[in-house]
Amino acid sequence: MALLEIRDLHLSMRSYDGEAHVLNGIDLTVERGQIRGLVGETGCGKSLTGLSISRLVPTPPGRYARGEIIFDGRDLMAFDDRAMRKLRGKHIGMIFQDPTTNLNPAFRVGEQLADVALHAAVSDADILGIPTAASRREKRAVAHRLAVEMLRKVGIRDPDLRVRDYPHQFSGGMRQRVLIAMALIGRPDLLIADEPTTALDVTVQAQILKLIQQLVTELDLAVLLITHNLGVVAQICTDVSVMYAGNIVEEGDVASVFKAPRHPYTAALLAAVPRAHLERGALKGLPGVVPDLIKPPQGCRFEPRCALAIAACTAGRPPPVAIEPGHSAACIRLTERPA
Amino acid sequence: MTLLAVDNVRKTYKPRKHDAEVVALDDVSLAIDSGECVGLVGESGSGKSTLARLILALEAPTAGTISYRGENLARLPPASLLRLRQKMQIVFQDPYASLNPRMTVRDIVGEPLMIHLRDRPMPARARLDRVVELLATVGLKREHLWRFPHEFSGGQRQRICIARALALEPEFVILDEPTSALDVSVQAQVLNMLQELQQRLKLTYLFISHDLAVIRYMADRVSVMQSGRIVEAGATETLFRGPQTDYARSLIAASQEGDQDIFG
Repeated sequence: MALLEIRDLHLSMRSYDGEAHVLNGIDLTVERGQIRGLVGETGCGKSLTGLSISRLVPTPPGRYARGEIIFDGRDLMAFDDRAMRKLRGKHIGMIFQDPTTNLNPAFRVGEQLADVALHAAVSDADILGIPTAASRREKRAVAHRLAVEMLRKVGIRDPDLRVRDYPHQFSGGMRQRVLIAMALIGRPDLLIADEPTTALDVTVQAQILKLIQQLVTELDLAVLLITHNLGVVAQICTDVSVMYAGNIVEEGDVASVFKAPRHPYTAALLAAVPRAHLERGALKGLPGVVPDLIKPPQGCRFEPRCALAIAACTAGRPPPVAIEPGHSAACIRLTERPA
Repeated sequence: MTLLAVDNVRKTYKPRKHDAEVVALDDVSLAIDSGECVGLVGESGSGKSTLARLILALEAPTAGTISYRGENLARLPPASLLRLRQKMQIVFQDPYASLNPRMTVRDIVGEPLMIHLRDRPMPARARLDRVVELLATVGLKREHLWRFPHEFSGGQRQRICIARALALEPEFVILDEPTSALDVSVQAQVLNMLQELQQRLKLTYLFISHDLAVIRYMADRVSVMQSGRIVEAGATETLFRGPQTDYARSLIAASQEGDQDIFG
């Protein structure tokens, strides 16, 4: 059984203009050793899916109408705040987009790392490797050593010196490494990485991605990598789920989805990526705009922008259709079209 | 014909009196011909945006000269500089931060017309017509005139910024990461529109980006910057096919890794 399994998750957000249906029946699984990419345009609900897993969406204004988030056999939707807090940092690690705003500027990075380790050690004394009865000072000393160890693991040079530095003394890429160290110090089972490289330069991005990949094999992690960058997905993900306006429209292993995209939205996204040997004007944009989620289109939410839309597309939400094992797309025209 | 010439420009900053000098640009030379699109790539902190600020004469170089149509920007009297600025415009990276949230689209796009044409003011009616025309140029409609920036998506906001940059019929436009804040699907629309505008309005572009695929799609020639220096320059395809420096090679390799995986 998969480590994380989301089934038919519906989330709506209350706003002044009405209720926005931001997640419209998400199904998603992530297994150990798997890096699943979650891609889509701004506002399609990828980040809210990630935040829902760690139950960081405030309710209200959020409201979960239906759905289950099964993590390691337990439904997180039934967890209260206390139980969730034990899970975060320990079982579920998170990395966010902007490394500058996610570190506290007033504390040394070592302190911040040690805090997470101590928090995780409350439910799993193994992390520090000393008895729970040990004094607070001893625990902090061990946590501090662990912090140095983690900084070394994520490739920060002279970790025993850098551990005393403040966040502003690190560059953007180095800060992102610190955040990765922090997300992994509690030895989580699942890592949720929300746009981990968007703020970074290409060369640094490549290093960070390699690091994540290497840690997955080393620690048998499951990773949900949220990004709008298809290149990043192609570079490190094993599987990909493509989101559009609160629905997952296509999923499968990266190779088959990118080689032979079957949902018109996936195909349009891929056609919009600039690449070598492209003639002037040959880049294809996607006409139209993302639908209003307060009054989403009936039926397929991509229908208003879809070149292949027919009358039947407005009838109801298209169910996912399996194309081959491990590759499915939610489009009613799929069966008529050859691959 | 050379429109803009940057010759051996150096720019240093001194954060505080006794601090060491920070060299932002070191011996940078660049020539841009009329009608071409020159790409400028490099990592953050390499000096791309500093160079843009110097070209627009928002700051003066510490050493070296920047001349536009043969005139040294540093020597120009303020009145001539103001006139020259009509010919040079810029579109910034973040369309969320570069539009005043309290101004309507009409005021935003119309503002350059009011500032620069002060000596021969345009009647309000003509100005409104010009704004509508500019909006049409970037694919927006008359009904958008009275709206505020927050009512637009990122791509639409960038179109408003482009309309504002085109208001004074410039010859030369600096595009400083114009699509990095946009989704790929929207990026494609904006890039195609920029190409189309360049041909129709005979514009010259300096296209700054850290995204090499975008540069390759847009630029005729490319200059690669690293820590304040131009380390390599050449025709786009030549440079991409056979980069001469290790730095350019590593940049190109890093950016192509994902592409190769996507497109096989």
